[in-house]
Amino acid sequence: MKLWDWRGAGFFKRWVLYLFLFSFSSAWALEAQPLAEDPVVEARLVDIAQELRCLVCQNESLASSRAELAEDLRKEVRGLIKKGKTDQEIKDFLVSRYGDFVLYRPQVKPLTWVLWFGPALALLWGLWFLMGHIQLRSKTISPSAHLSDEEQERLKKILKD
Amino acid sequence: MGRKKFLIPLVLFLGLVIFLALGLRKDPREIPSPLINKEAPAFELPTLRGTQNFSPKDYAGKVWMFNVWATWCVACRDEHPILVAFAKRTGVPIVGLSYKEIQAQDEEKGPLSFEEKLSLARKRSEVWLTKHGDPYQLSVFDLDGRVGIDYGVYGVPETYVIDAKGVIRYKHVGAMTAELLVNQVMPLIQSLTPTS
Repeated sequence: MKLWDWRGAGFFKRWVLYLFLFSFSSAWALEAQPLAEDPVVEARLVDIAQELRCLVCQNESLASSRAELAEDLRKEVRGLIKKGKTDQEIKDFLVSRYGDFVLYRPQVKPLTWVLWFGPALALLWGLWFLMGHIQLRSKTISPSAHLSDEEQERLKKILKD
Repeated sequence: MGRKKFLIPLVLFLGLVIFLALGLRKDPREIPSPLINKEAPAFELPTLRGTQNFSPKDYAGKVWMFNVWATWCVACRDEHPILVAFAKRTGVPIVGLSYKEIQAQDEEKGPLSFEEKLSLARKRSEVWLTKHGDPYQLSVFDLDGRVGIDYGVYGVPETYVIDAKGVIRYKHVGAMTAELLVNQVMPLIQSLTPTS
């Protein structure tokens, strides 16, 4: 192993270099800061912010956006959490300022009924239509399902062969 | 009747096309503000030139415009000459809200105190308003953007009309245009101003 090979000219140089590098690695380890002062607050912040839309970059959630306004709003929400507000109160706070648009999951109210119940209604209508169609078809097909005597004879003959 | 049945999908399809076409023409950035017809949120902020703080209730009894701006805002430069001309011609009081004038890059050499931020913001705003014209009766500084959040600001510039009772009656996001001022803002302000 080269590291223990004391005969080489660079033995001390090498060790000095290794010690130097190790001293750095421990310095890096010290630099890593805890992500947040209060992990409970942070977890709730992420929970709430994931349900909210960032207004500057509308396809991102408030939790993932790097926009300055999102940063400010996260700060605001963090403050509200620390004040002991409930999730609903925090969402109401933002809706009263930015409108329903900030909510990814729209509230259920007359204006959004079509949005919430429309798909289910469309599905029911489709099923009703389908059922009607099938009934109609079976009705029109059934008479021809009865074979005449002559046809029965032919069928028996074919099956026998 | 049976013959016309094949038209039903076509009619449904056309209905869908019209519905989607109308949706596409709308600007997704224009979000209806829930603040319309609500009382203007209260605040107390330092002004550009005065020694006393300004609060919306100081303008009770007046119909006034509230314009969110900043010297770093490019779109503000576009709307600015229009606001200057509007203020000069109509005399409608416009209050400026300088939104987050001090940005992160201003604090690269270390954090600034509130007084340092305010003094830097005042200096910079004064230079900018001298250069581009000053439409404001007064301008207030929202350095941390906290008042901006209360007013639902999400893109500078934004313009509000606040009536004599302190109620927000109009909000526009983005650069103000002469067309909007003539067709929407001015008729609204005239209808809100009591005729004496």
